[in-house]
Amino acid sequence: MSMFLHEARLKRQSIFDSLFRNLTRVAAFSVLVLLAAIIGSLVIGSMPAIHAFGFGFLTSTDWDPVNDQFGALVPIVGTLITSFIALLIAIPVSFGIALFLTELSPRVLRRPLGVAIELLAGIPSIIYGMWGLFVFAPLFADHVEPWLNEHIGVLPYIGPFFSGPPMGIGILTASIILAIMVIPFIASVMRDVFDVVPVMLKESAYGLGSTTWEVMLRIVLPYTKVGVAGGIMLGLGRALGETMAVTFVIGNAHELGKSLLNPGNSISSALANEFTEAFGELYTAALIELGLILFFITFVVLSLARYMLYKLGQREGKAA
Amino acid sequence: MNAENIVKPRVTVRDLNFYYGKAQALNNINLDITEKKVTAFIGPSGCGKSTLLRTFNRMYELYPKQKATGSIVLDGKNILDKNQDLNKLRAKVGMVFQKPTPFPMSIHDNIAFGVKLYQSLNKHDMEERVEWALRKAALWDEVKDKLTQSGMGLSGGQQQRLCIARAIAVKPEVLLLDEPTSALDPISTAHIEKLIDELKEDFTIVIVTHNMQQAARVSDYTAYMYLGDLMEFGDTSTVFTNPKRKETEDYITGRFG
Repeated sequence: MSMFLHEARLKRQSIFDSLFRNLTRVAAFSVLVLLAAIIGSLVIGSMPAIHAFGFGFLTSTDWDPVNDQFGALVPIVGTLITSFIALLIAIPVSFGIALFLTELSPRVLRRPLGVAIELLAGIPSIIYGMWGLFVFAPLFADHVEPWLNEHIGVLPYIGPFFSGPPMGIGILTASIILAIMVIPFIASVMRDVFDVVPVMLKESAYGLGSTTWEVMLRIVLPYTKVGVAGGIMLGLGRALGETMAVTFVIGNAHELGKSLLNPGNSISSALANEFTEAFGELYTAALIELGLILFFITFVVLSLARYMLYKLGQREGKAA
Repeated sequence: MNAENIVKPRVTVRDLNFYYGKAQALNNINLDITEKKVTAFIGPSGCGKSTLLRTFNRMYELYPKQKATGSIVLDGKNILDKNQDLNKLRAKVGMVFQKPTPFPMSIHDNIAFGVKLYQSLNKHDMEERVEWALRKAALWDEVKDKLTQSGMGLSGGQQQRLCIARAIAVKPEVLLLDEPTSALDPISTAHIEKLIDELKEDFTIVIVTHNMQQAARVSDYTAYMYLGDLMEFGDTSTVFTNPKRKETEDYITGRFG
């Protein structure tokens, strides 16, 4: 009798077990299915535009809904340039923040500053956009852009990038707002990884007579490079896809100007602005193809970063 | 060396007190470290032996609430002076830690790192210096074909010898070893102990150790510390075979500690 009960229970358990195993498998595979479905629908949705323009879509600066002529170069360049400049600003600032918080700050300041950075990361992007449009852009137009025009705009080579009408709205403004938005992400990741560097490793470098700066740059940074790169990628991912804040301040003009002070466009803000007014199959398809391109850019950038880290690790023969 | 029989103090410690915040960790330490000899600090955990060692290169300066009073004289200068240049001090006083701490760079660069802070050697001279340091640390034969590989890929014992090579590459006068074998297996430990014996020809060595046999094996002088006090200090053979104080004898014979 008891034998029979025991066997029944075992059987029930094994059924439950396989049920559970299959459930988790379904959950895991649903991620792949979703990813494939999104790519698939983007590709299908953009088919009319792909047929109409081919690869020319990537190199054309035309964006003429009235005559059904579409090219993606302006938003692609806008997305890449704003993200690039944002990182250019954000990386050193974040490094400074993390360095101060982990090595230099008095203990009493560490927590409040750390919490403030996390709060900054939590502010909704539309608030950054509003602040950028109503507060930052006018200040930038009145005080910074005239100065850039006068002092940097006259220099050879880099001058043309910094001369133009001081409107306050444009590629540079969008880049700076983006930088402000990604700094908290990068800084808090950097702080977390700097914190786990063994004290003894830092002391050994100090023990040889290194300054704080040398210890950070030559020991802590190389030791944490995978984590730091991860933080930068997180920031880059946000910068590439950021929509609301950029839409507010980039100017939304389909023009490819040389100057960073000119208004421009990015993929995500073009999508946000124009989807509601997209009439006709080709217009919609062109926008969907823009989305596909953004997807592709993000994918390529993240893969490249992974590959770079892999190569870096290999070269150093990292074993321990 | 023995024929001369002249005891030359390299470092003179006088009335040294040390505080972690308000807690006093060292009480009036007076001690002479002899040139080109090995001096061992022994004692139970928390007795202040590592704290004492870390005053010699002012490592405690990294932490805001720690401070030392009194004097530690090296080359006629009190290194505890406010205007002592810390980087210069640390060039003269090298340190090796409880665990191997290879820097995240190649073996060659690990050695060159400290040298570059003080000297600008050309490529050839730097290579010579790296080889010199690695030979001194008895590591050259094992790594000479892989100098460009990461120091983190070496075994624990090799890593610790790499750290010793890195410390001596800047040609310090004093070498501080803070329990240098506590994370190593017996064979690597034997390697390091043999190395210490060779290194004292060139350097004045101070070693902190938990292992009394190690102190007996490698050191010429031994200081027994307890609760921040220097209980007994003298020739290693005297301290181990004929200690003046009962507490020292109890600790050494394992009745306590």
